[in-house]
Amino acid sequence: MSHGEPESFVRKYIFSVDHKVIAKQYMITGLFMALLGGFLAYALRSQLAWPGDSIVGLGVIAPHAYNSVVTLHGTIMVFWVAMPILVAGFGNLLVPLMVGAEDMAFPRLNMLSYWVFFLSTIVIIASFFVPGGAAGGGWTAYPPLSGTVHASGVNWGMNLWILAVALEFVAFLIGGINIITTGINMRVPGMSMWDLPLFVWEELIASIVFLLAVGPLIAGAVMLLLDRSFGTGFYAPSAGGDPLLFQHLFWFFGHPEVYVLLLPALGIMGEVLCAFSRKTIFGYRTIVWSVISAGLLSFVVWAHHQFVSGLDPRLAFPFSVTTILISVPFAVHLFAFIATLYKASIRFTVAMAFTLAMIALFMIGGVTGVINGSAAADIFIHDTYFVVAHFHYTLVPIVFFATFSGIYFWYPKLFGRLMNEGLGWVHFAGTFFFFNLTFIPQFALGLMGHHRRIANPQIFEFLRDGQGLQVLSTIGVIGLLAAQVPFVYNFFASMVRGKPAGRNPWEATTLEWATASPPPHGNFDEPQTAYRGPYVYSPPGEGPDWIPQFEPPAEALEPDTAISETAS
Amino acid sequence: MLDFLPENISSFGGEIDGVITYIWRIILAWLVATEAVLVYLLVRYRRREGRRAAWLPATTWRAKAWILVPAVFVTICDIGIEARSAPVWDEVKLELPEPDLLIRVTGRQFVWTFTYAGPDGELDTADDFEAITDLYVPRDRVVRFQLESADVLHSFWVPVLRLKQDAVPGRSIPGWFEATADGRYEIACAELCGASHTAMRGRLTVQPPEIFDAWSSTMAEQQSL
Repeated sequence: MSHGEPESFVRKYIFSVDHKVIAKQYMITGLFMALLGGFLAYALRSQLAWPGDSIVGLGVIAPHAYNSVVTLHGTIMVFWVAMPILVAGFGNLLVPLMVGAEDMAFPRLNMLSYWVFFLSTIVIIASFFVPGGAAGGGWTAYPPLSGTVHASGVNWGMNLWILAVALEFVAFLIGGINIITTGINMRVPGMSMWDLPLFVWEELIASIVFLLAVGPLIAGAVMLLLDRSFGTGFYAPSAGGDPLLFQHLFWFFGHPEVYVLLLPALGIMGEVLCAFSRKTIFGYRTIVWSVISAGLLSFVVWAHHQFVSGLDPRLAFPFSVTTILISVPFAVHLFAFIATLYKASIRFTVAMAFTLAMIALFMIGGVTGVINGSAAADIFIHDTYFVVAHFHYTLVPIVFFATFSGIYFWYPKLFGRLMNEGLGWVHFAGTFFFFNLTFIPQFALGLMGHHRRIANPQIFEFLRDGQGLQVLSTIGVIGLLAAQVPFVYNFFASMVRGKPAGRNPWEATTLEWATASPPPHGNFDEPQTAYRGPYVYSPPGEGPDWIPQFEPPAEALEPDTAISETAS
Repeated sequence: MLDFLPENISSFGGEIDGVITYIWRIILAWLVATEAVLVYLLVRYRRREGRRAAWLPATTWRAKAWILVPAVFVTICDIGIEARSAPVWDEVKLELPEPDLLIRVTGRQFVWTFTYAGPDGELDTADDFEAITDLYVPRDRVVRFQLESADVLHSFWVPVLRLKQDAVPGRSIPGWFEATADGRYEIACAELCGASHTAMRGRLTVQPPEIFDAWSSTMAEQQSL
């Protein structure tokens, strides 16, 4: 163990270099921001259902304030909830444990990463309270609206938005390098790349995609800040600039970013799926290759966000082709998950329920994406609530269903105890039902032609018939928020009242289950070795239905076939 | 669900609705089939005392075929969708037919302005005339527009025409439509453009050509005075 256990409270719980403490910090910050993002969702949905009425807990929303609410809802959910929880939170908690390392490769950088992120969180929250209000140009921040003060009336709100996003990227760049280095370099003896748990693979590829995609956006954001503050004209046609440039830089990052969030979610699901179906993953290498090819393809689909943006219409065809083709690797990935259930022995736990629901719901998000991906259909669908419903059917399963699944599953490694399953089922049922109630009506509204980011649909005659659907969707979001109460209670109460978990409560196979719950500083009592692939569940023959990666082969018992088959 | 689509009064709108319907049927079939398989497996292979899960790592091509063959079918459907969809895009956005009428549509916070080319059929000449918020067009005539913006991004959105195109400052983006039914319809701005984005609402009035011509000459006379 290279660094001893710190003594002081501050070094142990606040400025900690322990990856598990940092993981908790990321997750708890992310969950707190999810409450804020959820409150904004409640605010904007209430405005849409009952335009102009005073909203309980907020008051009347003026039109420019509505724009800020919409902008910050999107910004916070993507950058301050999804990223910290899925990429940084689970990544920090699990990558070192799963590869058998005692910590991340660069523990101090890791601490720096969190505290830069924390600073960005303060900045984005502060942006609500500056004169002129928070940024109101949408989470995509398209100039010229975002590029000048007079276009939007927002001054410091927008500057702080750019600053916060930039800080956040610094944090995740540092974190990403750490995850890549740890996952590749700190594997225990015996663990080849083809023995890595899927979660580690998906985190690695997500981190690499993020590193490659984020540069152009940082450049774009810097130019935006210069345009705003120093009178440059990168995006101002009057000065020879072009507003479309920003859209390209944004979406060159923005679309891969969707997969940066998706991959860790799929990784979580892979672990949960195998553990509770008691079955090895179907087509381990096929999945890894599908993820790699999706990662590559993700860099050539971005302009599908811009079919009707003024892009040369001849470019629609190639981007439409790549977009529709990216459905193939993800179809392979999901089919592999579904095939894993064939001839399984499925244990229905709350963690498993969230993973299965994620598969079921994500498919709705996936197939509706094909409509948006067709340039011709997009002429009608673009910037309508159909798109809103589509990406919430992808992102909510990714960001919330997979996260909840992971939290119920790895809670022992966070706090040494199990969460309450009864409350968990209430949480699951409420979340599943109200999520669908929220977003199914939005598909219908989108098909009616309901365009995005308007504060009052009732002023349009063609949307008046949809008011019932608006109310339904709003009731959905209120229910969805209410369904989180049992979770929040369960999350905190289980820290003290939960059943002590023991090392391996789910009888799972990967290395994080080799150590105590929660793992001590330095993670493992003794150095670990990986003796086989990650998912030896129900190997042929008699005996227990799982053989952990870390269990030394018992000469007589160990079937050689099991080793070679999982490893390949 | 597709019944929610609004009325269509555009010559190419039927084609766009056709693409949406075509894709809708394919994805619905896939969705129902996949969800059905998922639910079946969950019920069929729920935990039973004494039943051990099978060892299926799918390392052989024969095993992988169970997921790769469906993926090939996905690819075939993708190609079919693209083949159905690409020509419609070309018709709407690339192959602009000879216009009967030329208009400049300008988005400006938070109003749509329509500049008619007037009797000479050319913009930026003395006989141009303007209409604010209200767009009048003749039925069954090809209308060519040049879409521009005076300030920020806007998006010219006419649901009944199945027409959407962003307006970008510094660019003049050509487009066209042909309305096929008389009546009054709504125009919206579909790209967030500032505090009163919601209120950026226009009206489209489609008239029989002879009534439009009369209106057009009156407007040209009035504005040239």
